[in-house]
Amino acid sequence: MSTIDSLHELPELTDDDLVRYSRHIILPEVGIEGQRQLKGARVLCVGTGGLGSPLALYLAAAGIGTLGLVDFDVVDASNLQRQIIHATPDIGRKKLDSAAEKLTALNPELHVIKHDTRLTSANALGIFKDYDVVADGTDNFPTRYLVNDACVLLGIPNAYGSIFRFEGQASVFAAPDAPCYRCLYPEPPPPGLVPSCAEGGVLGILPGLVGVIQATEVIKLILGKGETLAGRLLLVDALHMRFRQLKLRKNPDCPICGTNRTITQLIDYEQFCGIAPHAPANVQETKNGIPQITVQELKRRIDGGEDLYILDVREPFEYQIANIGGKLIPQGEVPQRLNEIDRTREIVVQCKGGARSQHIAELLKQNGYERVVNLAGGILAWATEIDHTMKKY
Amino acid sequence: MTIFIPTPLRGYTAGKDVVEVEATTVREALDQLTENFPDLRKHLFTPEGKVRAFVNLYLNDEDLRYLPTKEASEVKPSDTLSIIPSIAGGR
Repeated sequence: MSTIDSLHELPELTDDDLVRYSRHIILPEVGIEGQRQLKGARVLCVGTGGLGSPLALYLAAAGIGTLGLVDFDVVDASNLQRQIIHATPDIGRKKLDSAAEKLTALNPELHVIKHDTRLTSANALGIFKDYDVVADGTDNFPTRYLVNDACVLLGIPNAYGSIFRFEGQASVFAAPDAPCYRCLYPEPPPPGLVPSCAEGGVLGILPGLVGVIQATEVIKLILGKGETLAGRLLLVDALHMRFRQLKLRKNPDCPICGTNRTITQLIDYEQFCGIAPHAPANVQETKNGIPQITVQELKRRIDGGEDLYILDVREPFEYQIANIGGKLIPQGEVPQRLNEIDRTREIVVQCKGGARSQHIAELLKQNGYERVVNLAGGILAWATEIDHTMKKY
Repeated sequence: MTIFIPTPLRGYTAGKDVVEVEATTVREALDQLTENFPDLRKHLFTPEGKVRAFVNLYLNDEDLRYLPTKEASEVKPSDTLSIIPSIAGGR
């Protein structure tokens, strides 16, 4: 049985619908009935970025009746290499407005609901409850766990996809009797260990591949046809073009969907993922024993003539785009080149966004360096807050 | 047997995506892997030697956590061991 047909009356198809969806309707697995199910369906896309772009476009084209979009971001030039729902003239616009315009141009009958907000524990259940299927196209661990938990608590299936460099993962979580994201990964990795796409890069086509897999799963969940990825994890390796699948099992000890549930409401996901709440300015924050320095503080100390050793752990091509004059040793080479790093001086480790440098700062500390700090926000924060002429990438 | 190394951990295996080891159990295979690439150890195991909660190990397509003998499971040269860490990217 499909996810939605018991939930509300299915709308009738118009004459225009019969023409527009004729290639669906002649499929025995869809037919008039299936197309009506799609028309009656309400799908929520969390994120309108790399995964959300192809996902929302294909769902709109397929005749989904109501598409909710959650995003708070604006279109940036660096998004356009993969976020195909947005175009060059959209730079600076809200992603929600840009996406909604493309979707309704593609399918004027589509009902788009814009949720112009960051998804939080306070608003997630209220937003999710009006949808039949959720498609998770977010980009960070706290939101991944939040989406999972909200779906489990409400009993809404989650078409999941995630990407990193050339690799993707896809599954369907929280379907009836199927495992959830916490069954697969009870805990997130510590902050900084797994770089984000902004830090680690991503092949622009990869979210297209994975987002379209998510869209396929959404359609199958609504039609109640075929075999979804519930209970399976699909691994996509675009570099070698290998697709593999692994069996997922429901964890009987899962804290949210197991037999003895300890999570019965949404929690603080930033804290769960080890991310400290934003500290007020000028109060020095420490992460895993490494003091975090802000770009303003670094600027003040450089201007004050303090003796600081700035270690830039990015790759040479990044250094070429923009640098603050630090010593360049790419993160992968640091363990072999420790002898080049002066132990007697205070070391400020710096990268693009602050994650790689945190990792290296921890490594230096383990290797006996006593005075090591991490530049919070990296060179991006420097370009935003200190030197507006600096190139961002 | 063949061990598949995921992208986020290739920085600790000299960039290799596949490592071949000769082992009779999963535990032996993991020991050989981390002897060859010592930096990998702390990313896969806690200081107490337990597999970290954000890393999953699959023998062929089965989750090691649900195999009756877990890391003592016997392996053949044709078996594969996949390390599947969580990734979160999507934008």
